[in-house]
Amino acid sequence: MRLFFGELVTGVTTGALYSLIALGFSMVYGVLKLLNFAHGDLYMVGAYIGFFVIQWFGGAAHVSIPVPLLLVIMFVLAAGLVGGLGVAIERFAYRPLRDAPRIAPLITAIGISFLLENAALLLFGAQFRIYNTAEFISLSSGIRVGSVSIDSVQIMVVVLGVALMIGLRLLVNRTRLGKQMRAVAADREAAEMLGINVNFTIAATFFLGSALAGVAGVMAGLLFNQVTNTIGFIAGLKAFTAAVVGGIGSIPGAMLGGLLIGLAEAFVTGYISSTYSNLIVFGLLIAVMLTRPSGLLGQAQLQKV
Amino acid sequence: MSVYPQGPPDSQEPPDILESPQGARGPRLGVDEWVARRAGRREYLPSWLGGVQRALERIGWWPRLAVAGLIGVVLPSLGLGGFQLQVGIDALVIALLAVGLNIVVGWAGLLDLGYIAFFGFGAYAFALLSSGQIGSAGIHLPAYASLPAVVIAAAFLGLGVGLPSRRLIGDYLAIVTLFFGEAFVEFTNNVDSTKLGGPNGITTIDPIRAFGAQLTTNAGYYYLLVIVLVVIMAVLRRLETSRTGRAWRAVREDPLAAASMTIPVNRVKLMAFAGGAMVAALAGTIYAAQQASVFPTDFDTPILILVYAGLILGGAGSIAGAAAGALVVMVIYDGLLRNPTYAGYLFYGLILLTLLARLRPWRRLAGVLAATVALGFAAHAIAAAISNSAVAAGSQSGWLAHHWVIVPASPQTAGNWGFVVLICTLIALVQVGSRWRTVLLVPTLYLASFVWETRLIAEPSITRQLMIGAILIVMMNARPQGLLGQRRVEVAL
Repeated sequence: MRLFFGELVTGVTTGALYSLIALGFSMVYGVLKLLNFAHGDLYMVGAYIGFFVIQWFGGAAHVSIPVPLLLVIMFVLAAGLVGGLGVAIERFAYRPLRDAPRIAPLITAIGISFLLENAALLLFGAQFRIYNTAEFISLSSGIRVGSVSIDSVQIMVVVLGVALMIGLRLLVNRTRLGKQMRAVAADREAAEMLGINVNFTIAATFFLGSALAGVAGVMAGLLFNQVTNTIGFIAGLKAFTAAVVGGIGSIPGAMLGGLLIGLAEAFVTGYISSTYSNLIVFGLLIAVMLTRPSGLLGQAQLQKV
Repeated sequence: MSVYPQGPPDSQEPPDILESPQGARGPRLGVDEWVARRAGRREYLPSWLGGVQRALERIGWWPRLAVAGLIGVVLPSLGLGGFQLQVGIDALVIALLAVGLNIVVGWAGLLDLGYIAFFGFGAYAFALLSSGQIGSAGIHLPAYASLPAVVIAAAFLGLGVGLPSRRLIGDYLAIVTLFFGEAFVEFTNNVDSTKLGGPNGITTIDPIRAFGAQLTTNAGYYYLLVIVLVVIMAVLRRLETSRTGRAWRAVREDPLAAASMTIPVNRVKLMAFAGGAMVAALAGTIYAAQQASVFPTDFDTPILILVYAGLILGGAGSIAGAAAGALVVMVIYDGLLRNPTYAGYLFYGLILLTLLARLRPWRRLAGVLAATVALGFAAHAIAAAISNSAVAAGSQSGWLAHHWVIVPASPQTAGNWGFVVLICTLIALVQVGSRWRTVLLVPTLYLASFVWETRLIAEPSITRQLMIGAILIVMMNARPQGLLGQRRVEVAL
């Protein structure tokens, strides 16, 4: 039972992380119908930004400012910079291809992903950068439920993740920008004719989606401690899985999918074997795709001729 | 007497096309009249280059292929060293893969991101059939038994992986195949490490062996690969103009229209997957036999992206383009970029070529170049006057770095910042107006050579990966049909 609850906590935490990445991925897919393969690498950039913020303020052992302030700076800076990077990528790589055949932006996205991964390798080297979270956040200050302890970083990740998701849902459903996004997602040309600034809306979507990936990167750094230039690829794959399992383009779907993938991974690692966890997650994806191609919460689209 | 003296009223084609020799002779059998009429409308290069292009096109495909093959056969006797021969072998393997990928991506228009797994499957299957991995004595099949077995098995695997393409389109198919590729790497890494070797791979593979003869030298594999590539290209060329080839392209353009033209869309898609898988597996067997070892990392995403870069550079949809693009990419990637001198020639040569092609009139070009050179000498002189350590590292490397580019004593940090600033200036370059662009070009060029000399030249393995990514992005944005592909006739809806 203890193993079960331990894995449950791990699963929910990593699930929140995957959900955040999947959300941005799903939003971008919603407005552009583009699989942004570079999304996972944006998450990697966010993790690096968090690491350098810690270094900037004296390193993990001797943080020179209050820890909550440090965390706020990490998250805000990662969100802002990665969001800006996402907008730049959209402007220079994807916008010229908006009316090209579907395969062209996909291949460009693969190129961007490869470029980001190797640019990070050039700039930061191949070695693991260690956050040393335990040295500035005391992990034992969490809650104990029975025999299972939940540390403070895990609580923070889940709370922040849920808060961001609720905020995003409100933004998409209640604000003018959200309405524009939904309009562009439904029909770009019609939205343009109704006077919606499509370029701005798409750029804003990229900013929000990439910022979420940046925040998720910092969270991953705090949770897993290690950052290197290749973490983006696998995390990106898991997030694709989450978005697709939940139904691509749907925000609740991305949350549900992320949670499912996180839990599946945690329980497979805990009960079966950690070597097969990726294989099983991939198998899960293929099974869902074949039986329900539109995902669990997605709607099957009618093909217009 | 006809009711419509000038033909039916709905035929409104421009008269110049009707008067062209092709129109006068009428369409060839098996070619739609509309396509035949538009075929004369393809784009040619300007001036005399277009003339050369047209003259080359009048030569049939097989003499061209034969000449290319002959050049390939003659090349080693010009005195290629062992290293060059290895580069040639790698390039030919990737070219074979690109030609196979062209079936799936270029013709059928299915984005298959798990393609590299078929290459891996071929290599691993050959490794198991020609080594001591299975059973106590191992299986040591001769090549005439193992090669067909592996290729046919790969065809069935291709059919299996292609099955999702019956229901999934576009992006969804891309993800499922990507997961298949990842699953293959995970599988070979983790499952049954006594037989598959896990991360340590299989390292005792027999060479290709048939009728008592063995292929053990690199030169032998080189010739084998040239022959296989030429034969496969000839077969594919026949396939391209066949019923199946046309069906593939029809499915790529519009599956729904193809289906209503009674093309069995699903079966045609599966055939594309199987065909691609067979070519990839064949490449895998030769690769495994030549290397005498296989490792899971040989079949991971970077190699896939390399194959895609070759295909995109040459032009998806064209066999010659796929092969030529892959050869060029691999020769640059594997051969030139490993040697700092050649890499430098390539870098500065590419910059000059781009400027020559894009910067008009020539006065502006001359001005930019002169200003860049002057800026370089001035900056170097100023930096040297301020501090000797600012130009310290330059004295060990080439003349250019010694007199022109600032290379500080600790180039890494400065080079990294230069790289970031270079990306920002490149973005700014696209944004600003044309007058400022010319002005901004001068420091950008200097900054580019600074980053090159301080950072990129020291990290050839990263530089070449960056190049592959850049090829994909730039080609897709600037010339999506590739260097040798034809711009397709777009149908306005």
